[in-house]
Amino acid sequence: METFSLLAGGFAVALQPINLMWALVGVTLGTAIGVLPGLGPALTIALLLPITFSVPPTAAFILFAGIYYGAMYGGSTTSILLNTPGESATIITALEGHKMAKQGRAAAALATAAIGSFVAGTIGTIGLTFLAPPLVEFALRFGPADYFSLMIVAFVAVSAVLGTSVLRGLTALAFGILLGLVGIDLQTGQARFTFGLPELLDGINVIVVAVGLFAVGETLYLAARPKVQASVMTLQGRAGMTKDDWKRSWKPWLRGSALGFPFGALPAGGAEVPTFISYFLEKKLSKKPEEFGHGAIEGVAGPEAANNASAAGVLVPMLALGLPTSATAAIMLSAFQSYGINPGPLLLQNQPELVWGLIASLYVGNVMLLVLNLPLVGLWAKILTIPAPWLYGGILVFATIGTYGISQSWVDLVLLYLIGGVGYLMRRFDFPTAPAVIGMILGPLAEQEFRRAMTISAGDMTTFVTRPLSLTLLVIAALLLLIPLAVRLRNRP
Amino acid sequence: MINRRSFLQSTVTAAAATALLPAFGNDALAQSKAAAIDNLLLFVPANPGGGWDQTARSMEQALKTAGLIKGAQVTNVGGAGGAVGLPQFVNQWKGRGNALMVAGMVMVGALITNKSPVKITQTVPIARLTGEFEVIVVPPDSPHKTLKDLAAAFKADPTKVSWAGGSAGGTDHILAGMIAKAAGGEAKKVAYVAYSGGGPAQAALLGNQVTCGVSGWGEFSEQIKAGKLRALAISADKRQPGIDVPTIKEQGLDVELYNWRGVFAPPGIKDTDKAVLIDLMTRMRGSPAWTEQLKTREWTDVFLAGDAYGKYLTEENTRIEAILKDLGLA
Repeated sequence: METFSLLAGGFAVALQPINLMWALVGVTLGTAIGVLPGLGPALTIALLLPITFSVPPTAAFILFAGIYYGAMYGGSTTSILLNTPGESATIITALEGHKMAKQGRAAAALATAAIGSFVAGTIGTIGLTFLAPPLVEFALRFGPADYFSLMIVAFVAVSAVLGTSVLRGLTALAFGILLGLVGIDLQTGQARFTFGLPELLDGINVIVVAVGLFAVGETLYLAARPKVQASVMTLQGRAGMTKDDWKRSWKPWLRGSALGFPFGALPAGGAEVPTFISYFLEKKLSKKPEEFGHGAIEGVAGPEAANNASAAGVLVPMLALGLPTSATAAIMLSAFQSYGINPGPLLLQNQPELVWGLIASLYVGNVMLLVLNLPLVGLWAKILTIPAPWLYGGILVFATIGTYGISQSWVDLVLLYLIGGVGYLMRRFDFPTAPAVIGMILGPLAEQEFRRAMTISAGDMTTFVTRPLSLTLLVIAALLLLIPLAVRLRNRP
Repeated sequence: MINRRSFLQSTVTAAAATALLPAFGNDALAQSKAAAIDNLLLFVPANPGGGWDQTARSMEQALKTAGLIKGAQVTNVGGAGGAVGLPQFVNQWKGRGNALMVAGMVMVGALITNKSPVKITQTVPIARLTGEFEVIVVPPDSPHKTLKDLAAAFKADPTKVSWAGGSAGGTDHILAGMIAKAAGGEAKKVAYVAYSGGGPAQAALLGNQVTCGVSGWGEFSEQIKAGKLRALAISADKRQPGIDVPTIKEQGLDVELYNWRGVFAPPGIKDTDKAVLIDLMTRMRGSPAWTEQLKTREWTDVFLAGDAYGKYLTEENTRIEAILKDLGLA
């Protein structure tokens, strides 16, 4: 097959010692910036753009791809250990992962995240190698109406995190949607809920909200309950996954990969949405759904696989059509231009060595990430043996520095602590915090797609049911909502 | 932090410098020919990676290669089309004679739509540097073969023609409004579908989700070359070498638009500082290193310096405000 010989050529490029070195630098740097809440892969690559003047393009792109993949790995570490998501795609990981850590099972959570990331990253890269052209063609069929219906499916998935009281869960969701509305409205250019503050014009960063609600909120909550203060988390069992953990993880890894990869390839799919759906799916399919919310390993394995597979998916439209569908991809494309390489539909034909070298380096980078991260699991988990007051003091420092790093703005810091205060109250009065963060991500996505669809159809609502893709998605959403209800009704005596 | 001392040692202000700082002898004067400014501070009111940031980094590259500066320091303060960065530049960078802010037409529009209390006219305009013309595209199997077809379709029923482009009130939206008005329609009636970036907008066009798209030539050029999109018109003043696409004017609509970028000095700088900065930009523009940067980035040279640029800025502000009013955004 032609693809294999091209890929072999790619490996010949990627396995050159100098390129291996760049891949290693990239994944290490990526892991580090993934750990920090403020610094994302897009910003890091942008800051490194000047180096594109001094190294050959293949080396630069191997470095960039390493950073991109590495950040997806690193983001989960702080989600699990410190309840402080490093990237928006690892917010869901914190839900079960941090609960596992609190039970002393941090090592198992970190291991399932690392191995799941490796499995998903590899499956995603295989998909990128063999499925890119047909997948792009399918992804382009999604119009605004179809995306809106897809968001409806995602909203149904939110039900998995609503908690015991639906009313409280929905209140939290609405709070999140409200936060998501802050800033300039893309469709009209008008500012909403900014109170005259220019810093709010671009909206509130979702990482500020996630870190505020999860990490700061929890710290304040613990500080308000003196009894908990003295407790030290203990590490239980072996430093790693048990046989049962493996058994419960492998299917979520595969399902998460299968969800995340095509989502990443959708031009407006994003890396966060597949993690919500994966979490929902794992909760529904689990034999022990009651464990969800108290540290279920499936809830780490699935979403972690989904976000890493979506990272590979994002590269599909970028390499196949020159379409940047995420901030990171856009920055990478602008790096192409500084080499005088025009990223576009002809990239693959004009620069086969570069593209296949890049793809091969993704396989290599994935192996490196696993080798780099697995031995660190035991070490990372030891962080939790730090006595709680110091640990949470450290988390606050870490969250503050990371937040300041997002845009060096004091407004973000004020917001972090205000939202942290809200997070404290939500815990105090038993409101779940996850729906707020999810609402903040999904709300604006759904709103923009709805209004785009309305502009295109000149206000005709039937567009959601006359388009086959949209209709299919709405039916799926309805089934997801109704089937559990029907099952419950039938089981009633 | 600011090396104003060495900054003053330029050829233009050499006499003033020696008068002010007599301690500096002929050595300093001799050096001044090699490097007019030791450390140029570039303020970019956008995040790394965007057009202004690329302009700043290309300037740094060209100025260093041409030996006009020893080094440059780029500061990014991103957000809201520059509306976050500008107040900081105007207030905190006041009087810094070796500082330049890179901004352009997008900022003029963003300040108007956001009703910003800080105006771009509070800065000292130094030079307009680059321009990017826009292109109107349709999917390859679209029934619209020329801009006239598209304009006719819009006039017949504006709701049937959807336009994809960047954020509302930005360059792409402004051009769509200008075309609509020139075609005898109403700018407000443009069914404009805003996307946050070139990628998603291109995806909507490639997937046949919208009637047409408006964006910078660089955003769409590769898709056009590959035959995945058909270019109907470019917003340049005349045909461009190597690009077989007619201008909007050729097709009977009196519309011309460049997404220009330029540099501004902070308020409160000395007249001598201003003269040095204008001189620096004029020399950069004449250097082969800058010509090379323009070529790789596919930017058009629209150099205009000093007071002429200041006058242009005032006119541009009025023009954009009028169009935004037509669009119902200001």
